[in-house]
Parts: sequence; C-alpha cells; structure tokens
Amino acid sequence: MSLIHLSSPHVSKANATDRVMRLVLIATLPALIALTIFFGWGSLIQVLLACTSALAFEAACLWMRKRPMLFFLRDGSALVTAVLIALAIPPFAPWWVVVIGTFTAIVIAKHLYGGLGNNPFNPAMVAYALLLISFPAEMTQWNAPFVLIGDNWSVLASFTDSLVIIFSSINHGMIDAYTGATPLEVLKHRGGMTTEEVWRNNPVLSQGVFAWYGISAAWLMGGIFLIYRKVFTWHAPFAMITTLFLLSSLFYAGDPSNFADPFLHIGVGATMMCAFFIATDPVSGATSNKGKVIFGIGVGALIYIIRTWGSYPDAAAFAILLMNLSAPFIDHYTQPRSYGHARANRGIGGGK
Amino acid sequence: MTRIYNFHGGIHPPENKRQSLGAPIRQAPVPARLILPLQQHIGKAATPLVEVGDQVLKGQKIAEPTGHISAAIHAPSSGIISYIGLQPVPHASGLESSCIVIETDGQEQWCERHPIEDYRSIDKKELLKHIRDAGIAGLGGAGFPTDIKLNLGKDHIVNTLIINAAECEPYITADDALMRERPNDILTGVEIIAHLLQPSKILIGIEDNKPNAIKALRDAIRERNLPIELVVVPTRYPSGGEKQLIQLLTGIEVPSGSIPADVGIVCQNVGTAAAIYRAVIHGKPLISRLVTLTGFALGHRQNYEALIGTPFSVLLEAAEVDRSKMFRLVMGGPMMGISIEDDRIPVIKTTNCIIAATLEEMPPAPPAQPCIRCGMCEQVCPASLLPQQLYWFAKGREFEKARHHNLFDCIECGACAYVCPSNIPLVQHYRFAKSEIRNEEAEQQKAAQARERFEARQARLVREELEKEQRRKERAEAAAKEQARKKAEADATPSDTPDPEAELKKLKSAASIARTKLKKAREALKNAEEKGLDGTEKLKETVAQLEEKATAAESAWQQATGTEQSCP
Repeated sequence: MSLIHLSSPHVSKANATDRVMRLVLIATLPALIALTIFFGWGSLIQVLLACTSALAFEAACLWMRKRPMLFFLRDGSALVTAVLIALAIPPFAPWWVVVIGTFTAIVIAKHLYGGLGNNPFNPAMVAYALLLISFPAEMTQWNAPFVLIGDNWSVLASFTDSLVIIFSSINHGMIDAYTGATPLEVLKHRGGMTTEEVWRNNPVLSQGVFAWYGISAAWLMGGIFLIYRKVFTWHAPFAMITTLFLLSSLFYAGDPSNFADPFLHIGVGATMMCAFFIATDPVSGATSNKGKVIFGIGVGALIYIIRTWGSYPDAAAFAILLMNLSAPFIDHYTQPRSYGHARANRGIGGGK
Repeated sequence: MTRIYNFHGGIHPPENKRQSLGAPIRQAPVPARLILPLQQHIGKAATPLVEVGDQVLKGQKIAEPTGHISAAIHAPSSGIISYIGLQPVPHASGLESSCIVIETDGQEQWCERHPIEDYRSIDKKELLKHIRDAGIAGLGGAGFPTDIKLNLGKDHIVNTLIINAAECEPYITADDALMRERPNDILTGVEIIAHLLQPSKILIGIEDNKPNAIKALRDAIRERNLPIELVVVPTRYPSGGEKQLIQLLTGIEVPSGSIPADVGIVCQNVGTAAAIYRAVIHGKPLISRLVTLTGFALGHRQNYEALIGTPFSVLLEAAEVDRSKMFRLVMGGPMMGISIEDDRIPVIKTTNCIIAATLEEMPPAPPAQPCIRCGMCEQVCPASLLPQQLYWFAKGREFEKARHHNLFDCIECGACAYVCPSNIPLVQHYRFAKSEIRNEEAEQQKAAQARERFEARQARLVREELEKEQRRKERAEAAAKEQARKKAEADATPSDTPDPEAELKKLKSAASIARTKLKKAREALKNAEEKGLDGTEKLKETVAQLEEKATAAESAWQQATGTEQSCP
C-alpha cells in the first residue's frame, strides 16, 4: 500500500503568497487610475516599464542564484515592488529613472540580501531614496495636475506623446510647460510667506491640491480593501497616520502661520501610500501587533520631522528606511504575552 | 447563564462533519484478530498478565498498569492469546511497539462483571480503584489515565468541572453522535465524576455547530434536573483544546507549566464520562469506543462502535473503502491527527476518527515558499505566540531564542500552518525544535551525570588514598610507640625477664649467621687468591675478624645451651 506519511495539519487554507501579492496589485489600481486621471498617461507607462524591467532583473537574479525561476517569478513580489516604484516617481520621469529604480530594488535591495523574505529594507524605498539622492532634478519634476496646465494638457492627454516624453527626454521646453511643484515643495520653498498666504497665492494649493487629495483617497481605498481581505492588519497604518495627524495638529495649533495643517499632511505627498503599502511591508517591518504600532508611530513621527525641519519636502522613504533599521530591535521588545504567562518576555533571549 | 470569554486567534477550517452524521452509530464487526498495544497514551506501558496460549474472556484484564501513570488493558472479546510482541501501532513515529494479540473465537463470552449500582454508598477510594481497574483513559485527546485526574488528593480543591464536548476538529463526529444517541450515559458519568471531585460548578462546553447534540443534552439535563450548565460556544478551532476551552468558559488561563487542577479546574471529555458510566454502572471495562469513519475514499461515512484493537483495515472494509482512491489515511482530525502508512494498525483508546482521504481532499502541500513574515500565523495562534519568529529560530537552530519566545507553550494545533500563505510546514519546524531542545537537555543531563560520577570517583580515590596514608601513619605511630614502649621496658628491666627460649634462638641464629658469613668470606678469599686479584689482604683480615666473631657466637651459644641444660 502506498499511503503518504506527512506531518499534521493535513489541510490548509487555499492561501498563497502569490494570492497575497495579487491582492496588493489589485489594491494599487485605484491609485493608478487616479494618477492617470489627474496627471496623464505617464504613470501607466511607468508601471508597464517597471514591471517589465523588474521581471527581467528578477529572472536574471534567480538564474544567477540557481533558483527555480518560474516558481519564484510567479510569487508576484517583484511586480508589487515595481508598481510601487512606478507610482512613487514623477509620472513623466525619463525611462532610465524607473529602470535604475527597479534594478536597485530587485538586484541590490532584494537579491543581494538573499531574495524574498530576507531583505532588511523595503526594496521600493531603497530604490526611491537612491533615485532621489542621485537624480534630484528628474525626481522632483512632477507635472502639474491637468487643472493647472490648461492648453498644454492636450500633450499629456495623448498616449503616444507621453511615450515620446518619457523615452526621448530631449524636449526640455515641453517639460517646462507642464511641470510644477508639488504641494509639499510649495510649502517647503515658500520664502517668507505664512502658510495662509501660500494657500491663497499658490495655485498648486488653492486649486490643484484636490488632485493630490484624490490620489491619497485612492491609496486609502486600496489600503482598506487589503485590511478587509486580511492581507495586513490595521496596526501600522493606523499608528502612522494618527501620529502624523496628532503631531501636525499640535504644531499647527501652536503656530498656524508657520506649520501646515494636519489634513494637508495626511492628504498629500506619500502619506497614504506609505501608510498602507510601505509601512505594512511585513518583510522589512516589525512583526508583532504591538511592534507594528511602534513601527507606525516611528514612521509617522519621522515623516513629520523630516518634512518640517529637514531639507527634503517629503520623507516617506527615509522614514521607512530608518524604521526598517530598528525593526529587529522593536521585535525583541514587543513579544506578546503568551497564554498562561503573567507577562510578556522581553529582550533577545539566549545567552541568558 | 455563564458568560463566554474569548481566546486569542483561532481559525474556521471547512468542517466536513455532516458526511459522517447521516446514519446512526453502527456496531463494527468483531475482527478475527485483536491487537492491543501495551502503551496507548502517555505514561508507562502496561504489564501483561497473560501468556501466549491463554484463553481469555471478554472484559478480562490482560495487562495491569505499571506505576502511577498507566492504564490497565482488557480483552475486548473472548479468544486465545496468540502472540505477545512487536506490532505496528498508531504512533507518529511509525515504529512498532509491544502488543498483545488475541485470536477471537466469536463467542463474545463475558467474564464475571462487578457493576456498582449505588456508587454513592461505597468508599471513594474503592470507586477510584474500580475506575482504574476498568482501564479508563481520556478518550478525547492524549489519553491520560482518568483515575489520576479524579484522584487529586488534598492539595487540589476542584472548583469547576468542565466536560469537553466541543469536538472542534473538522471531520470528527464521534462525540457528537454519542451526545445525540446516549446523552444519559454521559450525564450519569458526569454525576460519578462530580461525586468524586465535588466541584462547585459543572459546565459542559459545546460548539454551536452541533444543534442536535445540544438539544439532546439539554433535554436530558432538564429531565433529570441536574445542576449542570450547558455552555454553547462559537465554532472556532481550537476551542476544544483543553486550555482554550477553560479560557472560553472561565476566562482563566492555565499558567504555563501547570495543570488545570492547579487553578481548580478539571476537564473531562464526554466520551470519558460515558466510559466511566459503563465501567461503574455496568461493570464493563474500556474495551470499545466510538470511531468516526470518514473521508471521500469511503462508501459509508459514519460512526462505528469498534472494539479496541480492531485493525483499521477491518473498519475500512466495513465502510466500503475504495483503496484506489485512498491517498492519505489519518488517525484523528485533519489538524492534529497523525498520518498512517499501514492499515493493519489497531484502534486504540484515543482513536476518535479515521479519515480515508482522497488526493483531491487532502492534497500534499505545495512546495514551501519563503516566509515573508506576513504575520497571519500570529493572528490565529491560540497561545498568543509569534509563530513567524519561532519559525526563524527553529530553522536557524537558535533554540535559546525559541525558548525565550515560549516555544513550549505551543500546543501544535496547526492553525499557523493552516493559514500560512507560503505553505510552510510550521508545526513540523516546532516539533523539530522541541525535540532538539529535549535531546540537548537529555544530553546535558547525561553529561552532568557523567561529570558527577567522574567527580565522585575522583573524590573517592583521593579519599581512599588519604585513608591509606592515614592508616599507614597510624600504623607507623603505633609501631613507633610499641618500639618505644619495648625499649622503655627493656631499659627498665634489662635482664630481669629474659626469655630463655628466645635468647637461645637468637644466639643460635647469630652463630649460624656468623658461620655463613665466614664461609662466604673464605670462598671469596679463595676465589681472589686463585685469580690473583688485589685486596686479598683485606679479605684475609675480614676472614680473621669473622672467624673471631663466629667462634665467639659459637661459644656463646654453646654456653647458653649448657646453662639451659644445667638448669632445666
């Protein structure tokens, strides 16, 4: 008789890493649609470009590391990283920006550390930080949302013209016509104006800010969908957004002419994307529920500090990387209290 | 109404219980051979009371408990003992173990039974002994000998008696069927347990997916007007785990490393209660139990009342197994059961379910993907552990860290592995880590013992050496003292009491020594002279001296003999 001998349990939930990754990809769709609506075809082209290059780099790495290629390609983790990079960079950044980004993420931040599950830093954020530091000009050229461009919108509305802009990168006159500062940049480089004056005088804030609010709402939607599908828990995003909101409220209440209001902080920039799609990365984040809360608080606080007093207008990538560094430490001190124990164990254990 | 508390985590696997509840309990056939493992649960194996060739009757005790934690074994049917020795048994290791094999005669002839109808009138010790003699072990889980749980002594006060009717594992319906068809057996058993433990509260915990069983028990309790509360808990695996059920019903956590009795709680399974009822009221020892036969490789999926020792193959045949479709054979539930490779192994006291699963039903898990620390395992762990961390520690052999993360509080319920999106066999990793730690501890203990032995030996050798030294010293001292005493004596009375015999002997030997020495010297001289060596002068001198001495000695002796002779 040839019966199989296996360890219990003998059944398992129809649940797989590729399913988890697929859900994450689906959850990024609202943001992709919002970006396309407000900023043109650029983001979609970047996503396609990023996915292709990420899969190519992933395949090359798996081949060099002698790993089963199809098995790992199918898990979809490279696609998630690629989509997040593509949606984080300016929609009309030159093509090589996103390719360098995916190379950094997949080859350096992921496979050099041992592949899926072993990377200490979030690959997408490593790529973003590298791009921001290496190519500050390209990485800050966000195009203005369509409401502010007027006639030039026709260029960005055409898919082929969008392709030309991304792949040729010669036509600088054209670029100047449609690029503009993001709300956080406007606030950062406002000269001597008070927050209120900036709001009144700058069209990016007075008219265009709803584009960014819309994109944040799209990320939020995707995030709530993932919490509902139990892909991750509410702990990290909730802690991060609450911290950012409370900190900014505190300073705004103290000096409203100097500090941005809390809704701007959570409504623009990378806040929502970071809260639901980056801070929830299980591989590089803290692992216990309590740990996730502390991780989220750390990210929220760092984002506020860097945005307000640092030299970069937004800070998600740096905040995440700094907290990634502290995740193992947080893990050691946030063990839950186990059944039958009076209190939780702390510290590293071992060695005694 | 008792408040229902909550336990952390838990899962909702497909129940698959309905399939085996379509028909009432059926009597399984008496097999031609009954195989009775001497060890069917934790504790010590029983000691056989019979020999090959003995004729046994149904219900006759054929093995008695060895030591405290052990249970007696009885012949489930009448027949002849045909073999005592190694046989395949239901154990996760797949190893063989000692068994008694009975060739049944089909007579089903009972031995003399000793029912106790009025158990309240006899001494509790007597009643406990009766239960122990009936070989009753927990029918729900690990099969812990029941009499020990009922005989806690003076140091435990039982506040709450919990009857476990949760039966949370998918597929299994043995307890469900028992409750539907024999609620009064269970309740009488509970009364006997309560009589022994005198708890202030009796709770029966049952999952809400068994409405018929709930109704049957509730009606019976009402009819008999018993002080028993039936607590219906939401269906969530593993609510039937002892610790989880206690938490659900009382809100109390059993401290790590303690037993429920330490917090005033005793848990018994409904099947065990029914077995106690049969043993006490009918005098029938534990020789049969309900077994759920299920899985899509079977034609008839239902509950069977099977004799302990019935080979699985007999039951599978009775349930019309399609062997070509059977892919995996599991004893117990799909979450914690063990897979069986050999269907000749017998039903034991803890066999609540046999699943003959098809490939589609329980396919082998796909290859494991890397852990992405998604934490789904953490959300479902009923012991509030961090399975994802334990996995890394087990894999990296960082056992100290694993212990620090409370590895030994893992109940191996399998909820983590069930939800793992990377299909990692987590429970297997934890079992590995646990056994490695246990081995390490055993090794350490052995090494410590060896060191102790070595040190003891070294100490003994040193001690012996010292003692020897001491004795030598003492002897020397004694000798010195003796000598000093003798000398003093001799000095005090130099010739007062000369021992004439001894004196004479001394003189005689002195004379003979002198003679010998002279002889040797002469020989030497002669030799020297012959060879013309130097120093012959000196030798001559020596010879002359010796001659003198010899003559003196000779004369002294002769004198002495003379005196002796002169004065006899």
